[in-house]
Amino acid sequence: MTGARLNWRIAVGGGALLALAVIAILAPVLAPVDPLEQDLFLELLPPWWQADADPTRALGADSLGRDVLSRLIHAARPALTVAVVAGVLTMLLGTALGLLAGYMGGMVDVLISRLVDIWTSFPPVLLAIMLVALIGTGLHSVIIAIVLIDWTRFCRVVRSETLAQTQMEYIDAAVIGGLKRGVILFREVLPNVLPLVIVLLTLEMSIAIIVEAILSFVGLSVSSDSPTWGGMIAEGRQVIHQAWWVMAFPMGLILIAVLALNLLGDGLKTALDPVLRR
Amino acid sequence: MSGHLLLRRLVQAVPTLFGVSVVVFVLVRVVPGNPIAMMLPPGATLEDMERLRQAYGLDGSIVEQYVIWLGQALQGSFGTSISLRQDVLELVLGRLPATLELAVFATAMAIAVGVLAATTGVLFRGRWPETVIDAVNGFTLAVPDFIWALALILVFGVLLPVLPISGRVDPRLGTEFATGFYLTEALVSARFTVVGDLLAHMIMPAIALALPLAAIITRVLKNSLAEAMVQDYVMIARVKGFSRWRIIWVEALRNASIPALTLTGVQFTFLVGGTVLVEKIFSYPGIGNMAIDAVINRDLPLIQGLILSFAVIFIVVNLLVDLSYGWLNPRLRS
Amino acid sequence: MSAILDIRDLRVTLRRGGHLVRDVSLSVNAGEVHGLVGESGAGKTMIARAVLGILPDAVKVSGGKIGFRGDDLLQLAPKRFRALLGREIALIPQDPLTGLNPARRISAQMTDMLRHHLGQSRQEARANALRLLQEVQIRDAGQVLDRYPHELSGGMRQRVLIAIAFSAEPSLIVADEPTTALDVTVQKQILRLIRQMQERHGTAVLFVTHDLGVVAKVCHQVTVLHTGQVVEQGGIAEIMSTGAAPFTRALMGATPRYDQPADALHPVPAHIHRELLAAARRFDEANP
Repeated sequence: MTGARLNWRIAVGGGALLALAVIAILAPVLAPVDPLEQDLFLELLPPWWQADADPTRALGADSLGRDVLSRLIHAARPALTVAVVAGVLTMLLGTALGLLAGYMGGMVDVLISRLVDIWTSFPPVLLAIMLVALIGTGLHSVIIAIVLIDWTRFCRVVRSETLAQTQMEYIDAAVIGGLKRGVILFREVLPNVLPLVIVLLTLEMSIAIIVEAILSFVGLSVSSDSPTWGGMIAEGRQVIHQAWWVMAFPMGLILIAVLALNLLGDGLKTALDPVLRR
Repeated sequence: MSGHLLLRRLVQAVPTLFGVSVVVFVLVRVVPGNPIAMMLPPGATLEDMERLRQAYGLDGSIVEQYVIWLGQALQGSFGTSISLRQDVLELVLGRLPATLELAVFATAMAIAVGVLAATTGVLFRGRWPETVIDAVNGFTLAVPDFIWALALILVFGVLLPVLPISGRVDPRLGTEFATGFYLTEALVSARFTVVGDLLAHMIMPAIALALPLAAIITRVLKNSLAEAMVQDYVMIARVKGFSRWRIIWVEALRNASIPALTLTGVQFTFLVGGTVLVEKIFSYPGIGNMAIDAVINRDLPLIQGLILSFAVIFIVVNLLVDLSYGWLNPRLRS
Repeated sequence: MSAILDIRDLRVTLRRGGHLVRDVSLSVNAGEVHGLVGESGAGKTMIARAVLGILPDAVKVSGGKIGFRGDDLLQLAPKRFRALLGREIALIPQDPLTGLNPARRISAQMTDMLRHHLGQSRQEARANALRLLQEVQIRDAGQVLDRYPHELSGGMRQRVLIAIAFSAEPSLIVADEPTTALDVTVQKQILRLIRQMQERHGTAVLFVTHDLGVVAKVCHQVTVLHTGQVVEQGGIAEIMSTGAAPFTRALMGATPRYDQPADALHPVPAHIHRELLAAARRFDEANP
C-alpha cells in the first residue's frame, strides 16, 4: 500500500467528519432560520434549483413548512453526540471485558465468552428497538441501547488479541521483572491492543449513527419536535410522492457520515498495519 | 445426510430456545412500565385493571409467570396479544410466511450476486473488472440495509416510478390465497400475473436486505477462491485443458465455499434482523413489521412469541448450514 | 525418429530481472523418456512449467521456442493451446496428496477430461476410466471410482493421477518429480508403472527429477542442468559412464534420500560449482 493512498483515505474521511463536527458545534450560528419555526405558507417548498423555490429556504421546507436546511444542520448534533458518546462508552465497556476475559482466562473468560454468544444470537436491530421501547425514548436511552448491544464487538476482538499478546515473550519478561498483573495489563497489553480498538471505534461510530437514525425513524429517539436525520426521513417518507427532497437530504448526510467513518477506519487500519500485523 | 447429526442438532436447540425464552421473559418484565394501563379505556377502575392482569397472566412473581407461560407454550398456546386481542400463535403464523418468502428470496439473491461477483473478480484478477468489483464492494459493505431500502424507494418508487413501494400484493388483483406463502402458491398454481405482482412488491425490500450480505459473501468468497486457485488440483485442471472460468466454477468454488458459508449463516441473523426495519419501511406485512408495532405498544405476549420465532428461524438456518458442510467437504461426512 | 518436443534456446527470467533458465535446448523423441536432472533451483521445473504454460506470475519466458509437433507452443493462441493440454500434453504432478480435488469423486476427475476432449458420453467415459484404473493396477477399480481422494492412500492417488495423464492418449507427458513425495517402496512401484505405461502407449515423457538413481532406472536420454544451463546431454549409457565426472558425483551427493540420514546431504561445493559452470561453457561451445 502506498503512502499517498493511505493519506487519501484518512484525509477525505477525517476531513468530512471534521466538517460535520464543525456544523454540529456551530449549528445555532450556521442555521439560517429556527429549525422548529413552522410556516404553513411554505409547506413542501421545493429546493432552490426548482421553479417557485424560496431563496430563504435553500433546501426547501417539510410538510409543516419548517426549513429543511436548518433542520439538517441541527440534526447533526444528536447524530454526532450519539456517535461519539455511544462509540466511546461501547469501546470502554467492550475493551474492559475483553481484556479481563483474555487476561484472566479460566472462569472469567468462560463466563464473558458465553455472555457474548448469547448476546449475539439476538437480531441487533430488534434488540435495540426493544431496549429503547422498554427504557423509554430519548438520547440517553439510544446511547444506553447501543452500548448494551454492541460491546460484544469490542469484547470479542480484544479478548482474542489479548490472548495472543499474553502468550508472547515480552509478557513473561514483564512477569519475571516483578510487575503486578494489573500494571502489566495496562502498561504492556493495552498499548498493543489499542490500534485495533481505534479502528473498531470508527466502525462503531458509524453503526451508532445508523442506529440513532433507525430509532428516530421508528419514533423512539429524541422527542419528535427536535430534528433528527432519522425523524426527518420518517416525515419525508410520508410525503415522498409530493416532496422527495425532504427524505433525500437527511439520507445523503447519513450516507456521507457513514462512508467518511468507514474510509477513516480503512485508512487507519492500513496506517497502523505494522502494529496490527494483519 | 446423517440423521444422527440432525437429531443431535435438534436436541441441542432445546436449551438455546429455553435460554432465549427466559432472557426475553425477564427482559420484558424487569423494566418499569405498565402495559395493562395502556389498554384500559379512560375511567377504568383498579378492579378492571386487576381483572385484566389476571386475564393476561401478569399477576404473581416472575417465576410463577414464567412457569405458567412455559406450561401453556408447551401446549402450543402463547397467550393473547394485548394490542391486537388475538391469539399470538395465530398472529405470528399468519405473518411468518411473508417474512420467510422475503428472507429466502433475499438470501438467494445475495448468494447469487455474491458468487457471481467473487468468481468474476477472481477470473479477471489484477485487471480492471476486479478493481471495479472491489470498489463497488467496499461501498456496498459500508451502507446499511436501512439506507438501501430508502434509496430504492426514492429512485424506483418515486423518481422513476416503476415499482410499488408498499405492501405485498396489489389488492386490486383480488387474488385469494389458500396459504400464507403467496409466491410459492402463485408459482405452483401458475398464476403468472400474480407472480409478477408479488415479485414487483418483493424485489426492492429483497435487494435492500440482500446487498449487505452479498457484499460480505463477495469479500470472503473472493479471498478463499484466490487461495483455492493456487492449489495443485487447480494446476492439474489447467493442465487438463479446462478454461479458467470452468476451473473456478467446477474445481475451486466448492472448496472455497466453506468459509463463505459459515459467514452466511452468521450474517443471516443480520438479514432476518434487517427484515424488522425493511418490512416497516415498505409496509410489508411480515413478522418484522409486526415486531416493531408490538414493541412500541409493549405487547408482551406478542413480543415474546415473535422473538421466539426469530430464534427458531436462526436455529433452523444454522442447522442447514451445518448440514451443507458435509455436501461441500466430503472429508466431514465420516 | 521424429522429435515430439523440441525446445530451442529457451530462456526463462524473473519479471524483475534475473535468469532462471539460459538458452536451454533439448528434444524428446516419440516413445522416449528424457530425464531433466539438476539440483533444486537448477531450472528444471521452470522448463517443465514453461512447456505446460503454467509458469508462476513472477516468471516469464523471454526467448527461444518450444516446438511441439510443428507448432511453437509459445506462439499458440490460448484457446488452441488449451485444446492441446490434457489431450496431447499431460502432466504427472509431484504431490499426489494435493493433486486431486478433495471435493470431487475420482470418477468425476477422471471422466471430465475424456468428455471434454474426446466428446465421450458419461457411460463411455466411465467405462474408460474403469479400464484405466485397472491398467494402473488399482484393485477394486469400480469402488475406487466412487471414492473421494481422502479415502485413498498416497500411492493410489498417484496411480489415479497417472491414469488421468494417460487417459486421452497424449503424445507427451511431463512427469514433475512424480515419486519425490512418496515413500521408498512405493517409489519403485510407481517408477515401474510409469515406464510400463509409457512403453505400452508409446508416449514421450519429459521426466523431471533431482535423483540420478531414478534417471538411471527410467530414462533413455538425459539433460543435466546446473544454475539454468545445460551441463551435459546425451544417452543414458553415455552419461552414466562419464558419470564419474565430478559434477555428476556432486549431484548425486546433493540428492536428499529418504533412506539416508539428513547429514549425508552434501550441497554442491564451490570448486565443483566452478567446474560445473566450465562444463556448461564447454557444452555450449561444442553444441552451437
